[in-house]
Amino acid sequence: MTMFDTDVLADPGGDRSPGAREPLLEVTDLEVSFPGEEGRVRAVRGISYHLAPGEVLGIVGESGSGKSVSSLAVMGLLPPQAKISGSIRLRGQELLGLSDTELSRIRGRRIAMVFQDPLSALTPVYTVGDQVAEALLVHGGRSMSRTAAAKRAVELLDLVGIPRAATRAAGFPHEFSGGMRQRAVIAMAIANDPDLIIADEPTTALDVTVQAQVLEVLKTAQEVTGAGIVLITHDLGVIAGTADRVVVMYAGRAVESGTVDEIFATPRMPYTLGLLGSIPRLDVGRGRPLVPIEGQPPSLVALPPGCPFGPRCPLHVEACDQAEPELLTAPGSGRDHQVACIRSGELASADAEAEELAAEIYDAKDVDTSAIDAASRADRDAVLDVHALVKHYPVRTGGLFRRTVGAVHAVDGVTFDVRAGETLGLVGESGCGKSTTILEILGLEPPMSGSVQVLGADVATLSRTDRKRIRRDMQIVFQDPMASLDPRLPVRDLVAEPMEIQGFPATKIADRVPELMKLVGLRSEQINRYPNEFSGGQRQRICIARALALEPKVLVLDEPVSALDVSIQAGVLNLLNELKVRLGLAYLFVAHDLSVVRHIADRVAVMYLGKIVEIGGVDEVFAAPQHPYTQALLSAIPVPDPEVERRRERVLLTGDLPSPADPPSGCRFRTRCPLFLALDESRQARCIEQEPPRSPALPGEPGARVADHEVACHYAQIRAVV
Amino acid sequence: MTTTDVTNGAAARIPAVGATPVTVPAGAASSETEGITRGRLVMRRFVRNRLALAGLATLVLLYLLALTSPLFAPWAYSEYDYTAFLQAPSASHWFGTSQIGEDVFAQTMRGLQKSLSIGLLTAAVSIVIASVVGASAGYFGGWVDRGLMWVVDLLLVLPSFLIIAIISPALRGDSWILFVLLLGLFAWMITARILRGMTLTLREREFVKAAKFMGAPPRTIIRRHILPNMASLMIIDVTITVGATILLETGLSFFGFGIQPPDVSLGTLIRDGSTASLTTPWLFLFSGGLLVIAVLAVNFVGDGLRDAFDPQSRGGQRRQQKKAAPAQKAAF
Repeated sequence: MTMFDTDVLADPGGDRSPGAREPLLEVTDLEVSFPGEEGRVRAVRGISYHLAPGEVLGIVGESGSGKSVSSLAVMGLLPPQAKISGSIRLRGQELLGLSDTELSRIRGRRIAMVFQDPLSALTPVYTVGDQVAEALLVHGGRSMSRTAAAKRAVELLDLVGIPRAATRAAGFPHEFSGGMRQRAVIAMAIANDPDLIIADEPTTALDVTVQAQVLEVLKTAQEVTGAGIVLITHDLGVIAGTADRVVVMYAGRAVESGTVDEIFATPRMPYTLGLLGSIPRLDVGRGRPLVPIEGQPPSLVALPPGCPFGPRCPLHVEACDQAEPELLTAPGSGRDHQVACIRSGELASADAEAEELAAEIYDAKDVDTSAIDAASRADRDAVLDVHALVKHYPVRTGGLFRRTVGAVHAVDGVTFDVRAGETLGLVGESGCGKSTTILEILGLEPPMSGSVQVLGADVATLSRTDRKRIRRDMQIVFQDPMASLDPRLPVRDLVAEPMEIQGFPATKIADRVPELMKLVGLRSEQINRYPNEFSGGQRQRICIARALALEPKVLVLDEPVSALDVSIQAGVLNLLNELKVRLGLAYLFVAHDLSVVRHIADRVAVMYLGKIVEIGGVDEVFAAPQHPYTQALLSAIPVPDPEVERRRERVLLTGDLPSPADPPSGCRFRTRCPLFLALDESRQARCIEQEPPRSPALPGEPGARVADHEVACHYAQIRAVV
Repeated sequence: MTTTDVTNGAAARIPAVGATPVTVPAGAASSETEGITRGRLVMRRFVRNRLALAGLATLVLLYLLALTSPLFAPWAYSEYDYTAFLQAPSASHWFGTSQIGEDVFAQTMRGLQKSLSIGLLTAAVSIVIASVVGASAGYFGGWVDRGLMWVVDLLLVLPSFLIIAIISPALRGDSWILFVLLLGLFAWMITARILRGMTLTLREREFVKAAKFMGAPPRTIIRRHILPNMASLMIIDVTITVGATILLETGLSFFGFGIQPPDVSLGTLIRDGSTASLTTPWLFLFSGGLLVIAVLAVNFVGDGLRDAFDPQSRGGQRRQQKKAAPAQKAAF
C-alpha cells in the first residue's frame, strides 16, 4: 500500500466510517509518578480522556501541570523509573505494558509525535530528506526501496509547504529556519499516515507569524491523514483556533473538559476562568483588567487533601479542603462538559461573560491611568529620542586577515521617541533588530550613524560622569529573569546593586531595599534568599525592583513576560501598569506578542528587518493597520475566543525573514508581501526600486485628521484584521 | 540644553518624574527582616555546616599545636638524644626516636608547621594569581587576553621542577617565604586557563550585561559576579593544590632542594620513614597520619565553603529545614 495516495486525500479518514465514532484513543485513570528527592512526584494523578478519529483535542495547563508527561506516557517514552498505571487504549489495543519493541512498531507508524523544539528533534548530521525517508524505511520494511522512500520524502516535504522541496531535502537541519524545521518534523510525523498525532507545544518556540503557518500545516496534515490530534499547549489562543475539545489540567488532573465553545463561553471552574481572564486580548483594548492567579501550583510530592487549586482560588471555602472534587458533568451544560469544582453551580448561575466573571471573582481592578493619560502627547517632553539609528555588524572572512566582506544590517535607520509617562511597544519577529536597538540605546556609546538622546542629552557627547548619571535614569528589565539575576547573590544584594554602584550610603540602601520589595509585591522576609528559591514571576518582580532602585525615568523592558506562564504574566503586567501610574515612568516595551502590547502600550512601533514600518497610537494601529506586515502580524495572533477565531481571516506570510546581511532592495518586506503579489508589474517596480519613506498614514475615515500614525508603504491601505 | 543637564530635562511640565518617593511608612521597614549582605550570608551558611567547622577547627588546632609544641615538648627538633637510637614511643620520646636519636614528636611538629604553611600559602598565592589573570583575560579579551595567555603558555612549557631546582639553591638561607612564592608562581597556569574559559561564558550572561548597564566598572563586575560564580572550581582547585604542594615539596626536598636539613617538613619525614615502615612504623605513621588529617581538614573546609557559596546546594540549608519541619506540623 502506498501511503496516502490520491484516494486517501479524497476521503480523509480512509476506511474509517465517520458513523462509528469508536474512540481512537482512550486514556483511563492514567497515573504517572517519578521517584524524587523528597518522595514520589505524582506528575499525573488519574486523568481520563478520549479522542475520536479526526478530532483535535487540546490539553492546556501551566508548566508542571502534567500535560506533557501524560502524552509521553501515551507514546511510551517515559524513563524506566516512572511508575505508570491506568489504561491507554489505541483503537481498543492496550498500550500500557507493551514492551519497547512492540511499542516501536506502533510509534512512528500509528502514533506520531511533534516536539516543541524542532532543532533537537532532528539529528544534526543527517540531511532532512534522509531523516524523513528513514521514518518511511523503518516502518515500510522491505516493501519500500531507498529511492522510493527518498521520492516520497520530497513529496512529504512539499506537502508541508517547504519551497523547492527537492533541493531543500538535501539540506541539513541547521540550514533550515525554526519554522521550516518544524514543518520537516511534521512531515516525518505524517510519513506513515498515523492514526494519532501528538503535538507537544509545537509552536511555542516559534515566532507568531511562523506559528500561524505551522498551525495551518498541522491542519493540512490532519486533513490529509485523517488522524486525531492531541495538541498540548499553554496558549489558550492556539487552542481556541484549532481544537474541537479541550481538557484543562491542573496539578496532574483534569479539572475541566468539554467542547471548545463550552470551555471558552461557559467555564465552570475558577481556574479555567482565571486562565481565560489572564490573557491579554488583541481585540480588546485597555480597560479590561487582567486577572492574575496568585500563588504557585502545588508541589506534587505530598498534596494535602482537598482541591489542589484551593490555596489559589478566590472562591475557596472550607468544604473545598475536605476532599478532592470529582470530575462531574457541569451544571447547566452538555453531558460532555465536565468540571471538578464543588462550587461550579454558583458559577453557572452567575449571569456574566466569562471574562467579566473572572475579573469579578478574582477581584481584578483596572489601574486608573487617567492621571497620567491626561496630558496630551505634545505637552510631554521626550525622555528618549532615537533618530535614524544605524547599527551594522561587519561580516568577516574566516581567514588570517579577516577581511570585511559585508555587513549585517541589524538596525538600519530607526527613528522614534518616547515621551514622559508613555509606553512605546516595539514589536517584530525575532531577528528584526529590536533587541539590537535597545542594546544600542542602553550602551550609551556614540552610534555608527544617527543620534540617540536620553533625557535631552545626546549620548555622543557624554562625558564619563554624565554617562554614569544617565544610567540612573534609564534601567532595563530583561526577558529571562533567571539569567539576569546573578544566581550567587542574595536578593538584598541584587536589589541593592545599582545603588551600591552609584555610591549610595549604606543606611539609605538598608531602608530602600525593603521599600522596593514591598513596591513590587514581595514580602520583605524573603530578602535573604537566593533567586533560585523564587518562582519565575517573583524573579521578574525582583528584576523590576532592581530596575526601580534608582528611581529611573525610563524603563526598557525586553520581553519581560514572554518567559512566564500566562497566569503569572498577568500579575507582572498589572504591576507594570500600576508602577507606571504611581511613579510616572516611561516604558520602552519590546515584545513579540502584540496582544501584550495592546494591553500595556500607548503607542506601538512595528519593526521589520531593521526598520520601523509602522508607528502610531495603539488604538489607531490596531484598529486600522495599514502596512501589510502589521496586518499579517496582527492576524497571526490567535484570539482566545473560538467564535472570533472561526470568523477571522488570516493574512498568511510566506517564507521566513530574509537575512539582514543581504536585505532586499527597495521595500524590504516585498519578498514576503501579500500586497506586492497582487500588484501589476509597473507598480511592483516601485516597490523593488524605491524604499518607501515613512509618511503620515491614511485617515481612518475620508477627511478625518490623522493624529499619530505613520506608515512606510507605497500602497498603504487599511485592512481590519483583528 | 547642555549635556550636563540630564536630570532636570524631563521635569519641566508633566509630573512624570521617577523621583517621586514611594509611599511606604518609614517605620514599617525597620520591623521587617533585616537584609544582610552576601558576605554575612555565606558566613552564616558556612557556620551551619558542621563538617566544615570541624575541619576548620582541626586545621587551627594542628597549627596551634605545631607552633606551641616547643614550649612544652621535652626535646627540640634539632636536638639529638645519643642515649636513644630508634626507640619506640615512650614517656620521654612521645613519638619515639630516629636512627640518629632525633625526637620524632618534635620533628613531626616542626614538619607539620612547615608543610601546612607551605601548602596553604602556595595554594593562596596560586589561586590569587590564577583568578586575577584568568578573569581579566576572559573578561577584557583582545590584547589583554592574548598577552596574558602568552605568559601562561610560556610558563606552562617551562619545566617548573627544573627551574625551582635551579633557583632554590640561590635562595638557600633566605626565608622559606621565597620558596613558597616560587612554588606558587608555577602552580597557577592551568587553573588560570580554566577560569578564563569560564569567564568567557559568564561574560555573556545577562546578569553581567545588567551590571554593565547599571554602570558597574569592570573590577566590580569581576569581583561581584564573575569570581563568585566560579567559586566552586576555585575552592576545589585550592584544596587540591594544598595537597599537591606538600607532595611537590617532598619531591624537591628529596633531590636536595626546598626544605633542607636540619630543618624538616612532613614530606622529608615521610620519605625518610617510609623505607622502614614495617619494622619501625613510628617514624612514618605519625607524620603520614597528620598529613592525611590536615589534607582531609582542608577538604572539609573547602566543601563547606563551596556549599556556602552555592545557593543550589542543600548543605547550607539543611538545618533550616529541620527547624521548619516541626513548625509545619504544628500548623496542620
